[in-house]
Amino acid sequence: MRIPLLTPKPLACQELVELCTAYLEGSLSSRDRRRFEAHIGACPHCTAYLEQFRLTIEATGSLTEETIDPAARDELLSVFRDWNAAR
Amino acid sequence: MSALALAPPFPLRLGEDARAMPGDPPATADHELVEKLRAGDEAAFAELVDMYGAALLGVARMYVKDKAAAEEVVQETWLGVLQGIDRFEGRSSLKTWIFRILTNRAKTRGEREGRTVPFSALAGAGDDEASVDADRFLGPDSAQPGAWAAPPRAWPHDAALNSEALAVIQMAIEMLPDAQREVIRLRDVLGFSAEEVAEALEISDGNQRVLLHRARSKVRAALEKYLDPEVAA
Repeated sequence: MRIPLLTPKPLACQELVELCTAYLEGSLSSRDRRRFEAHIGACPHCTAYLEQFRLTIEATGSLTEETIDPAARDELLSVFRDWNAAR
Repeated sequence: MSALALAPPFPLRLGEDARAMPGDPPATADHELVEKLRAGDEAAFAELVDMYGAALLGVARMYVKDKAAAEEVVQETWLGVLQGIDRFEGRSSLKTWIFRILTNRAKTRGEREGRTVPFSALAGAGDDEASVDADRFLGPDSAQPGAWAAPPRAWPHDAALNSEALAVIQMAIEMLPDAQREVIRLRDVLGFSAEEVAEALEISDGNQRVLLHRARSKVRAALEKYLDPEVAA
């Protein structure tokens, strides 16, 4: 009698949403990666979720970093000048 | 003044762990910037301050008691950067090196203040938070436990990128717990790699990923609430 291959347990949608960052980082095991991709391939809702997740990352990337207080900035530049003058 | 040492093919890490170097290109931009700093180029220094000043302050705030203390730590850090720049060998990226100087100083200062807040404690907070509210999924007694009950709907692509949506994202980031906020800021706003964040904040790769995932999930939820309030409600 043949021993059946172990088929990985399919992921539930609720489990998949916990793995999106690991998936995008490429840090899932190859088994989990296959489960993830098999699920995405068959589930339009999770496909939409992953797309939202990607869009969120893209939009976050378009934020501009805040700048520091101008007085603090001036102070740092004067630290720089003092350092440079003392060299 | 010593010339900038060429990075060996497999650079030694500053930290105790020896994670493989990611696809970091040879830091040509770093090299130029470092040479400018060594040459006393104030504009180059100002550029660095504008790029990382606010994020350094944010990271410092995680360890010390108040804003004034954090500002002092940041100023000490910049002085440390200047004093050490001649010895910088490019084994890590310039920004990672700067953040490591900050993290070490902020930790020391925090300990002196009696605020021993190990990052692992900050990082561990929220480990069990769900990325999406459990009531968006079918319950354990349903035919398909864990399947979507209130599934997400596609967003128009540009909607997430308009200025109102960006303000929603900004607000959501500000409301995150400290460690999550700083990790998403370094990764997704400033574009650090996973390895750079782990190294800069002296946390494990796994910690970095958990914090980032929590942060991104909350920002996505805030964005969904704004873009598709019916479904997110």
